[in-house]
Formats: sequence, structure tokens, C-alpha cells
Amino acid sequence: MENGNNVAASPEEVRRSPAFGWAARDTSGVLSPFTFSRRKNGENDVTIKILYCGICHSDLHSVKNEWQNSVYPIVPGHEIVGVVTEVGGKVDRFKVGDHAGVGCMVNSCRSCHECAGHLENHCPGMIFTYNSTDVDGTVTYGGYSDSVVVEEHFAVRFPAGMPLDRGAPLLCAGITVYSPMKRFGFDVPGKHIGVVGLGGLGHVAVKFGKAFGAKVTVISTSPSKRQEAVERLGADAFLVSKDPDEMKAAWGTMDGIINTVSGNHEVTPLLSLLKTFGQMVMVGAPEKPLEIYAFPLLLGGKSIVGSAIGGMKETQEMIDFAAEHNVTADIELISMDYVNEAMERVAKADVRYRFVIDIGNTLSAT
Amino acid sequence: MAVGGSCSSHEYRSPHHSDRKKAMAELGNGKKQASPEEVHPRKAFGWAARDKSGVLSPFAFSRRNTGADDVTIKILYCGICHSDLHTAKNEWSNAIYPMVPGHEIVGVVTEVGQNVQNFKVGEKVGVGCIVNSCLSCQNCNRDYENYCPRIILTYNSLDVDGTMTYGGYSNMVVVNQHFVIRFPENLPLDKGAPLLCAGITVYSPLKEHGLDVPGKHLGVVGLGGLGHVAVKFGKAFGMKVTVISTSAKKEKEAIERLGADAFLVSSNAEQMQAAMGTMDGIINTVSADHSIAPLAFLLKTHGKMIMVGAPEKPLQLPIFSLILGGKTLAGSCIGGIKATQEMIDFAAKNNITADIELIPISYLNEAMERLTKADVRYRFVIDIGNSLTEA
Repeated sequence: MENGNNVAASPEEVRRSPAFGWAARDTSGVLSPFTFSRRKNGENDVTIKILYCGICHSDLHSVKNEWQNSVYPIVPGHEIVGVVTEVGGKVDRFKVGDHAGVGCMVNSCRSCHECAGHLENHCPGMIFTYNSTDVDGTVTYGGYSDSVVVEEHFAVRFPAGMPLDRGAPLLCAGITVYSPMKRFGFDVPGKHIGVVGLGGLGHVAVKFGKAFGAKVTVISTSPSKRQEAVERLGADAFLVSKDPDEMKAAWGTMDGIINTVSGNHEVTPLLSLLKTFGQMVMVGAPEKPLEIYAFPLLLGGKSIVGSAIGGMKETQEMIDFAAEHNVTADIELISMDYVNEAMERVAKADVRYRFVIDIGNTLSAT
Repeated sequence: MAVGGSCSSHEYRSPHHSDRKKAMAELGNGKKQASPEEVHPRKAFGWAARDKSGVLSPFAFSRRNTGADDVTIKILYCGICHSDLHTAKNEWSNAIYPMVPGHEIVGVVTEVGQNVQNFKVGEKVGVGCIVNSCLSCQNCNRDYENYCPRIILTYNSLDVDGTMTYGGYSNMVVVNQHFVIRFPENLPLDKGAPLLCAGITVYSPLKEHGLDVPGKHLGVVGLGGLGHVAVKFGKAFGMKVTVISTSAKKEKEAIERLGADAFLVSSNAEQMQAAMGTMDGIINTVSADHSIAPLAFLLKTHGKMIMVGAPEKPLQLPIFSLILGGKTLAGSCIGGIKATQEMIDFAAKNNITADIELIPISYLNEAMERLTKADVRYRFVIDIGNSLTEA
């Protein structure tokens, strides 16, 4: 994908079902109404009429070309929930009328070692829900739109009783923290988990942590978030990362840390919080390289690990777990035409804790 | 390796650094201290560094009597570890002089205390980096004495009786039996000595992280004291081993003599590109400052890079080098005593020894100079038994 200059085949020419949404046209990231089209529902496909779509910070990075890989126009959105309106002949997990979601991926090669191991997120041929080149050579468009057509394998069933609006952010934020928490055994009752950063990812990590039976400590730069974290989200403790005394008192107490912070920051003080063999999982993506001193890792056999979303099997498992344990995101529901203002507020982290676009009620073809 | 030391270039402090600072302050506060020869009842001698020049010279001191749980060892060989150099020159800002380095010690038992069942006079034994730990914390209880917050190192550490520990560049050592390693009959003493630090330093994390499985692909970064032993263990585990080095001229050595399967020059972009995503794990032995991201890209999905070297400057890690592929950067510091014994037994069984240059004690300072230039294949070992005499 070339940097903002690639001209893909016109979607109206290649695909055949009309669709509409909001797209960004250039690196200003400003979104506006956009008419395009989707492929016809194939035999393995599910068509979803979109009701809600969460706004992920990645959407903002992409529309502004901050990762140098944007192909305009971009229709972002990978926290998609809606109702199934059509299923292909070979589909057996969905029927019309079911509630279904789509996260960050819409396809993968389905044959490599990673795909075989349910790690589609690490498949070299994985296709993202938006801003990716699909198998037919066209660009994928995401959930700030009225519908999506997706291979059954990449659709997630929403159990009855799972709120659609508050469940939508789990499709990215949820799996992003759930996957490493499971992988590294942070889901064992009694473990002590630190969550760095209390935003879209962080607040969901606290909720999953508590649902797993862990002791959860939130680590944040903002003392003002303490009451919220402890009283509303259920965290057991709160550390202000700039307070050396508070931090020192917690040295060597955590089995693991989920670090959701995307801003540039020092990781060394966080490593001190880990027990021997403790792991800090990076799910945020700071722009500058992390500065890692060797001794804090060596003395205690500690690790820093990266993690990126999760596979489809695990995403379904996560949604089912969330439904069972009443884990949902805390959202601010907005209308489609508020989206640009919402994006500006996302840039300032001014949201508790995820915007969700009420697509079903507020997106209309112009 | 340094435990309890401060990283000289920034604010990190290990939990018991403040104890050490207090002890250092007391030692240097002008109060009359017993001379090293008077502190303990038995005379001993060795070579010590007196200041941060790191230059070593003959030094008379003393050792404790054999306690009920102790083993007294007449030292025959001691390996020179790069940590000895770092510590002697106060590069880790934690040196207490005079300092007798040396934590790759092999010798013969000359006396055992009344509680000692597992060692007999005349047996060949070794002592590595640890001479004591609390033996009661969670880490000690699960055989990770190397991560005990009250660990006592073989040299430059404050022992339980308030005296400094002195290491293996000396004629004898008295050690709590828990920290003594039995040397199997067939393991050569001189070539086995470096395993007590270099060996366990690579063996322990390879085992911990499942990088001991036949058929898996291990990368070894740096071909020095640690690296060459890692290659040997990797091959003994049945793995495919690729050496990654800055020096193209080490290739023949790596493949033909050490048995590595492949060799990558880290500055060769094509070679590195071709090897992307091929390694289950990498053990990084390099202590010099270097670029870590290109190495991370060599790992497969969920691959792990283990740091056992300690570069002075912080590693620069672009986050995508870990996030793409869900990779791990782990640190490791020596290993516990149980693992050390297991490693020695494994080495004996599989004929794994270090490649050494045996030197007399009189060559010690020159060896240290050569060590700063990595001019050794691959470990100096001091022939203590035949060359160390009382000054």
C-alpha cells in the first residue's frame, strides 16, 4: 500500500451492492459522507446491517496517515455490531436476524502455520477491516458505514443479552487486552495485575481483570482518575506513576502488567513493579522507541512482550466470556455527524472511555 | 553479571542497594577496621584489585573456619568472566576495594563441616556466582536463589557476618554446602570452570523458555564466552543454531569448529532479511551497545529474545518490533543452584566444555587487557593450583 497516493480500482466499478458511510479523504483526517459499494454476499459470507461502530484510537491514526500507510478515501471502523441480513449457502454459524460483530480483520490466508494455530492476527496475509487490500484487489472499507459483507470465519456471534452498543468496543479494545491476559496466565484468580493507562483499552482491562478474579492496580499519570478507577471500575488500588513513594511501595508486587499507553513514556519504573519473572505486555504503540535498560530485565528474569489483537477463536471466546460476566465498555453514544468532533476529543483522550457511533439511527444516505 | 548493583547510567536501584550503601559508608567512615588478614581465623592469599584501575596484585587475606554446613575447597582453577572486569573497574558503581574477583571456581574439597553429607574430602567441586541467599523466600524455595533479594555473591558482596566476600582468584574458599556444585568425574576441571557462570547464564533461560526442544531454531548473538557455550548447548539440545555476529571472520570458526548450522553477519541486510521470521528464540549475549530491532525481526510469531548481556546504554526498541508477531524480550541472570548442578551434569554427559586459554596468575592483568578487546577464544582460565603462590 503506498503512502496516500495509491489509486485502487474504483469500488463502484468492482463491487455491486451500494453502500454508504463516512470517509476521510486526506491526511487532515476529516470525515464526510461517502458512497461506495460492497461485494455481493458470497457462499461463505455474512452480510451485516450495521447498528453500532466503536471509534478506536487506531481509526484516528489511520485517517491522519500517522502510520504512513493510508490509502484514501478511508472508511474507518473495526468495532462493528449489527444484525445479519443475508447468509451464504455454506454458512452454518449465522442466520438472518442474528446479532453479529466484526473486529479488526476480515480475512487471512487460512493455510499458514499461524492461521492453523488460530493466530490469524499474525498471518502474513491477514487483511484488515479497513485500509487493506482485499483478495479481489480492492480496498477494504470499515464500519463507519451502513453494512459490511464478511467471511463467516471473521464474524463474531453476539450472545443474546449482550448489549450491542456497549459490546461493540470489545471487538478491538476487548480482544486486545483479553488475548495477552489469557496467554500469560493473568486470568488466574489471585494474581496481581497492573493496568497502565485508563482509556479505552485500560478500562476494559480492569473489568476483565476483576472478572478473572485478579487483584487489579491501575497505574496512571492522572491522580484525578483514582476515584473513578477504584469506585466505579472496581480496581483494587491506584498508583500515580509520577509519585516515587507510591511506586516504590509497590515494587516487586505484580505478576503482570498490561500497558495500554500510546504516548511516549518511561517503562523502567513500571518494570520495578513486577515480581520475579513478571511480564509487561505492551498493547499500546508509542511512537518513539522504548528505552529499555538491561539490568531491570535481567535482575528478576522479567519480560516485555508485544501483543496485537487476537485470533478469531479467541475473539469469540472473549465475547462469550464478556456476556457471561457482564463485561462491557463504558461508552458515549454519538450520532454520525458528531464524528469529527469525537475524533478531536479522542486526540485529547477526552472520552469515558469509548465513543460508539449510533449508526443504525443516525447514518443516512445523503 | 551484577546483582544488587546500580546501573551506572540512570536511576535504577535494586531493592537492597540502600543496605549496601550503608555498609559501604560504614566501611569507609574512618573507624578502625580489622585488616583483611585479621577478619577471619585462616590465612588465605590471592590477587586483588585495589582501585578502579582494575589492576590486580598479590593480596593476603583470611577465610572463616569450616562451619557445620561448610565445605572448604582448595582452588585449582578459576575462569575469568567479563563481569570480573566490569566489577574490578567499578563500571557498575558498586565496587568495594580491595576486591578479589572470580566466580568460576573449581577445586578439591579439603574439609567438610559436621552437617555436610553430600561432599567428601578429595571430591572435585565448583562454586559459581552465589555463595549465599536467604533460603526462605519464595524465590529460594522454588530454586531461584539467583533472584533472592538477599543474595550474596561470591565476591564484592556483604556476607551474613558483615564481612566482604572474596572470590576465586585465590588459593581457597569456604562455602555453604548448598552452593557447592559437584563435578562429575569425566568433566575436565579447567574447561569446566567457565560453565559455572557462562554455562548457567545461557542454560537457565534456554530451559526456562522452552528453547531446548529438538528441531527448534535458536539464534545466538555474539560469539564470546557466553555465546560459544550457548552454541554448544543448543546443538546438544538438538536444535538448529544460527550465530549472529558483527564479525564475518568468525563464520568458519562458528560452523566448522563449534558446530553452528548457519551464520549471519548482522550488518548484512540481505542475510538478515532472508532470515526474518525464522527463529523460535534468540539468546543475546552481547554486552556492547547495539541495535536490537533487527534481531527481533528474526523471530517467528511469539518468538522470544533473551538478554543475558548487559549493554550500558538502554536498548532502543521500536514498539512494532515486538507487537508484530507478539514477541517477547526477556532478561535473565545466571540461574539457581539446582539448575547449575543439572547444567554441569548435562555438560558432563554431553561432553560440553568451554574453549579456554589457560594462564598462570602472573598473566592476569594482561589477560584482563585482552578481555577488554574480546581477544580470547573464548575464556581465560587461571591455573591457580600450579601458579598461585603466597607472595
